[in-house]
Amino acid sequence: MTRRYSALSLFKEGLAGQTGWQPAWRSPEPKPSYDAIVIGGGGHGLATAYYLAKNHNIARVAVLEKGWIGGGNTGRNTTVVRSNYYYPESVELYGLAHRLYEGLAKDLNYNVMLSQRGMVNLCHSTAEMEIGARTVNAMQINGIDAELFSPDDVRRVAPIYNFSADARFPVFGGIWQGRAGTARHDAVAWGYARAASRLGVDIIQNCEITDFIIEGGRCRGVQTSRGAIRADRIGMAVAGHSSVLAAKAGFRLPINSYALQACVSEPVKPILDTVVLSPGCGVYVSQSDKGEIVIGGGLDRIPSYAQRGNLPTLETVIAGLLEMFPIFGQLKLMRQWAGIVDVVPDSSPIIGESPLPGLFLNCGWGTGGFKAIPAGGTLLAQLLATGKHNDISRPFDLDRFATGRLIDEAAGSGIAH
Amino acid sequence: MQLFPCPFCGPRDETEFHYGGDAGNIRPDGADVPIDRWADYLYLRTNPKGTAREIWVHMTCGEFFVMERDTVSHKVLSSAALGGEHAA
Amino acid sequence: MTASRLATGGSAIDRSHPIRFSFDGATVHGFAGDTIASALLAGDVAVVGRSFKYHRPRGIWGAGVEEPNALVDIGGLRATPNTRATTEPARDGLVARSVNATPSALADRNAFLDRFARFIPAAFYYKTFMWPEWHRFEPRIRAMAGLGKVDADWASPGTADQVNHHCDVLVVGAGPAGLAAARLAADAGLSVTLVDDQQNPGGSLGHRAGEIDGKPAAAWIAETVAALASAGHLILPSTTAFGIYDHNLVGLNQRHFDGRPDTLWRVRPRRIVLATGAIERPLPFANNDLPGILSADAALAYLRRHAVLVGRRIVVATNNDSAYETAGALAEAGAEVRLVDLRRDGTPNAPANVRLIKGRALASASGKLRVDGVTLDDGTKLDADCVLISGGWTPTIHLFGQAKGKLAWSEARAAFLPGDPVDGIAVVGAAAGAVSLSEVFAGAGTAVASLGQTKAALPPRSTGPEATGGITAAWPLPGSKGRIWIDYQNDVTVKDVELAARENFVSVEHLKRYTTLGMATDQGKTSNLPGLALMAGITGRTVPEVGTTTYRPPFTPVPLASFAGARVGELMAPVRRLPLENVHRSSGAVFQEYGGWLRPAHYGGNADSERSIADEARRARQSVALFDGSTLGKIEVIGLQAAAFVDFLYYNTMSTLKPGRCRYGFMLSENGVVFDDGVLVRLDEQRFVVSCSSSHVAAVHARLEEWRQDRFGHGAVYIHNATSDMATLTVSGPNARKLLEMLELGLSLDDADLPHMAIGHGIYAGDEVRIARVSFTGDRSYEISIRADRAEPLWAQLRQAGQTFDAVVIGLEALMILRAEKGFIVIGKDTDGTTLPHDLGVDGPRTKRQTEFVGRRSLFTEEASRDNRMQLVGLTVPQGEAPLPTGAHGIKRIDGRLRSQGFVTSSYQSPTLGRPVALGLIERGAARHGETIDIQHLGKISKATITAPCAFNPAGDRLHA
Repeated sequence: MTRRYSALSLFKEGLAGQTGWQPAWRSPEPKPSYDAIVIGGGGHGLATAYYLAKNHNIARVAVLEKGWIGGGNTGRNTTVVRSNYYYPESVELYGLAHRLYEGLAKDLNYNVMLSQRGMVNLCHSTAEMEIGARTVNAMQINGIDAELFSPDDVRRVAPIYNFSADARFPVFGGIWQGRAGTARHDAVAWGYARAASRLGVDIIQNCEITDFIIEGGRCRGVQTSRGAIRADRIGMAVAGHSSVLAAKAGFRLPINSYALQACVSEPVKPILDTVVLSPGCGVYVSQSDKGEIVIGGGLDRIPSYAQRGNLPTLETVIAGLLEMFPIFGQLKLMRQWAGIVDVVPDSSPIIGESPLPGLFLNCGWGTGGFKAIPAGGTLLAQLLATGKHNDISRPFDLDRFATGRLIDEAAGSGIAH
Repeated sequence: MQLFPCPFCGPRDETEFHYGGDAGNIRPDGADVPIDRWADYLYLRTNPKGTAREIWVHMTCGEFFVMERDTVSHKVLSSAALGGEHAA
Repeated sequence: MTASRLATGGSAIDRSHPIRFSFDGATVHGFAGDTIASALLAGDVAVVGRSFKYHRPRGIWGAGVEEPNALVDIGGLRATPNTRATTEPARDGLVARSVNATPSALADRNAFLDRFARFIPAAFYYKTFMWPEWHRFEPRIRAMAGLGKVDADWASPGTADQVNHHCDVLVVGAGPAGLAAARLAADAGLSVTLVDDQQNPGGSLGHRAGEIDGKPAAAWIAETVAALASAGHLILPSTTAFGIYDHNLVGLNQRHFDGRPDTLWRVRPRRIVLATGAIERPLPFANNDLPGILSADAALAYLRRHAVLVGRRIVVATNNDSAYETAGALAEAGAEVRLVDLRRDGTPNAPANVRLIKGRALASASGKLRVDGVTLDDGTKLDADCVLISGGWTPTIHLFGQAKGKLAWSEARAAFLPGDPVDGIAVVGAAAGAVSLSEVFAGAGTAVASLGQTKAALPPRSTGPEATGGITAAWPLPGSKGRIWIDYQNDVTVKDVELAARENFVSVEHLKRYTTLGMATDQGKTSNLPGLALMAGITGRTVPEVGTTTYRPPFTPVPLASFAGARVGELMAPVRRLPLENVHRSSGAVFQEYGGWLRPAHYGGNADSERSIADEARRARQSVALFDGSTLGKIEVIGLQAAAFVDFLYYNTMSTLKPGRCRYGFMLSENGVVFDDGVLVRLDEQRFVVSCSSSHVAAVHARLEEWRQDRFGHGAVYIHNATSDMATLTVSGPNARKLLEMLELGLSLDDADLPHMAIGHGIYAGDEVRIARVSFTGDRSYEISIRADRAEPLWAQLRQAGQTFDAVVIGLEALMILRAEKGFIVIGKDTDGTTLPHDLGVDGPRTKRQTEFVGRRSLFTEEASRDNRMQLVGLTVPQGEAPLPTGAHGIKRIDGRLRSQGFVTSSYQSPTLGRPVALGLIERGAARHGETIDIQHLGKISKATITAPCAFNPAGDRLHA
């Protein structure tokens, strides 16, 4: 039984030299079979296992992770949590995630440091303000908090922004979501792992899938670097590598893998309170609780599985950052990295049964999977437990590419494709 | 910064190129193409981890060509002009 | 510690140039050639900063890029927070402040935190602050974040230079290995670029004894550098190779000390030689973080380069031979030196005047704001004002790791060394584990030979005393007593690593993230290996089984401004400009950016722009308007299969168009969505002009090329984008023809000869002009295209002729009103990324066309056939009400829940109609004309009635009037 985390337990352990803590999660040997297998020990996979145990009472579950848990995009993103979406389907999905995030620390008994200091998406022209109004109205109608910011409002939340008269992208206003913010990314993975493990889930690291066991046209288990493991219900949440597993299972996905880079400056005393996104500059930025300026931008332009940064995208992103915040011209880049993300034509996730019966998908999150972790886990867990979609996950089924009913948030922003 | 070999211009910086999709993704014509076949053409991708055969365009000269490269090591294996063939 | 400057010596300093600067408000004296750190040491400043978490006092540890402690904020014009004092030259008048300390490093008011250290171990924040909620605690914790401060008054010193560079061989590091390799490569006929992060070449030879080819090291360095320079090879001092990227592109950070921003170099060498040296490690003992405890090698560097004696009563602790030279030199300089060697056997002899204590390690250090003594593991106490540490050497293999080089563990060297070679990269010298100069030079020779050179010369020979490689590893051990620091900046101790292991954070990446080990600004240069070796010890694994974390760029922090370079302001994202921009400016045009183009929004200056726009729109309908439409796409499609080509590209059948005529049509994406609209002109049988929307020219051109090459072949069609070759000037309104007739363009403007949707060819001042009867206003219009460089006189004459008709020059905002009055759409504004052609009321081609076109199959999906699609409509408001806000939504309630049923895409007050006009996309809108719906904007609800899109002159007779 894992010891409960609290100020009191921390105090007692302080007196005892912090020697009484147990492993945050167990690392057992894999069993030959489970009720369900979740492939991928990132946020989505661990959350799926947790909600299988918690919501559906299915605890004979294994999470199989090729490397170390949280080592993929869960540990490589810029930690933004938000639900400022346009289409009702997206609002339902990301709204669920946002609400679950708000209760997550207490639910998991793990402080994921959800920091709701707000986020502003800037508008740089009259046309962008019109789209901003369209988006804010859509969010309000769909029950999500949103405000249309004036330039003065933007100045209030981001006073160090470039408001000079010759700014390349002047501020006409912005879309504000006050409940948006950041969370500590690693803690989300570890918190779910700890809570799932406590409920009986086996977390197996260094366990790579080599093949699927297919019998009678159904997926019955997996061959792994640690032997065969069987289950009749298998979920996969392996962002960046979804196509690789799909190929092993005998089907293709509407996905290209791209690197998404991020970087941080050296830590400085607090100077930027909110998350600021400038579509013109192509950059979103926040300051972490450690003081680093956390910088993200657009995808690399070359399909890739290499988890490494490069100069062309970095240069573009930093040029955008310094246009937004010229004052950051005195800072230095401390660390640069990349994660591999699933890029889907409509930039919405794919949740549902795969063409191989018994194998269920949670993929295609593109650049925005972190903020959706609690929802992705909840919905994949329900699919694995019941074989049926939740109303929230139904629109995100793979079948939308044949029906043509895509959910393209960029389309809602008036960007013709 | 990767160097890609344009069959017409020689090695150039990656920023001059644009990815065009899987090579060999043949377009099915007709209003009555089975929808799965159409969706397959329109959306499904091989997305290999390792050797990939892709269509690229060198934006500065405007020519499309086929390039084989490794999506993990980023090593370029070959590049060739479309050579008059349609939908290479 | 009582450090001091010696009266003589110091190879780096220039005693004839004394300097003064301030640190935490106090004056520090030094000489040109000092670093901030060497000057602080010379001034006996022990406490230079505070650690991140516990606010422990921190002193200088090293003399180079590995420095974890001595960070300062440099103020003034070139303000840079978190600058390493060990690599920053001291300048006269410089203002430096310690980081993470208020008011000063010596008297930091947060120092009390250290007393609560036992309650706030690694990752404690994950375990608490949950009740009542994190938000209550975060502000105070956040306020503690960060090290240095951003200077609000900072001003950019200008844009940073970026240089692209090619060479045969890039040698990183100008120590003995790098210099030897560079010389050998140069002698073999290769072009060499040699970079080093220090101001002077030589590396360790700058402060360690050596004799090469019978010469003193300094002479050999000077000779080698001179030979390279005179042969034209590039030598870059003060330049750090911070990253190896794809295809072995190397990023360099070149520092200047004359006020210029750093320069970013992108070097593409054929081969890379990494001669990056090694970094000295600390040893584990309690309170090993106290100020006054330094790297032994750094102390030697300060002594020989800066003539700074770091203490008077010194204890040197080591587990290897390299500290013996230090001990001897310090004793020779007058210090009392005790050398404590962990090894019992196989040690060198004690240097003169040094007391050697063998087989002993330090158990702990004592002192408050600076060390005052140590206790050995047998209980012996030694008093000391300075403690020097050599825990062995960690090869600097970061760049090799970044290049995806595999590492191999060497038990003998107690270090990771480069493993299997990486294509095009050789590692030499201490970075490859070499200890003696003989080893270094032999390795350099082999490395250069491996670059494929046949005529490689013989490497230099070390003729002086040789270092030996004996080392007894001394890793932090589990269960050690006291507080033993591993990561000085981030305050990670042995107990923190033990806690991580206890809680199953045993993967090296988990260890790093859970404890923040190695995540500080020094990126773990001194702490990573001890940390993972400790984890190995705790978990019963070997060090290579634990492995290393991923090496990520940059090796040392690089100014952000270096990456931006000249991409500042407009150069960050250049706008496209009209050929007549200056003419419009002199006419009082107010410019705005539209789809990447800078265009006149309206004329008449900034004052009362709404009224100017309304005036322009009203007067355009009354007589005649002039408009600069040069941004309009003009892409020519020429060739035998040109007609078949445009048929395939357009939704509408275009091959039936007669030469000399125009047709409006849509281009779709393969997913059926309307991508662009515009007019196609057929000049003759095999020649068309695609007149696409301004913001889509590049994208449309790219699509045309793609389909041409993919489906039609190079020989069938030729495509030429003539958009910027020609200006297009539009004359529109009831008097348009009359105005045009005054210009004598040499063609008949008679409606029989030039009807609506036809083109004519004329001559203006000797230049061909193409005149198209195409209208985006609903009034009779002529679009005149002329060579861009000849447009100015034509525009002037149009304006002059216009005076007869009270013509008005209109900007884009008035044009938007005019086209909205007519219900004409703008793609991307009145459509979105889901709009199909039949949503805009154009269903004919979808149902009737028999030939193939882009996007065809997608028009027959389940989604495309849905009966509640959003369709283009007009919207009117009750009399007297203001225009609908663009972006407002039509709303409805389903089961009590509010739902959108579409939105307003365009909305204006029409000065001609005297009422608002609006367009929108509304569910099933085409069938709901006359229906009144609720419209919501920012929480307020109003009414609007659905109408046909066209509000002005629906009969369309004004086109011909």
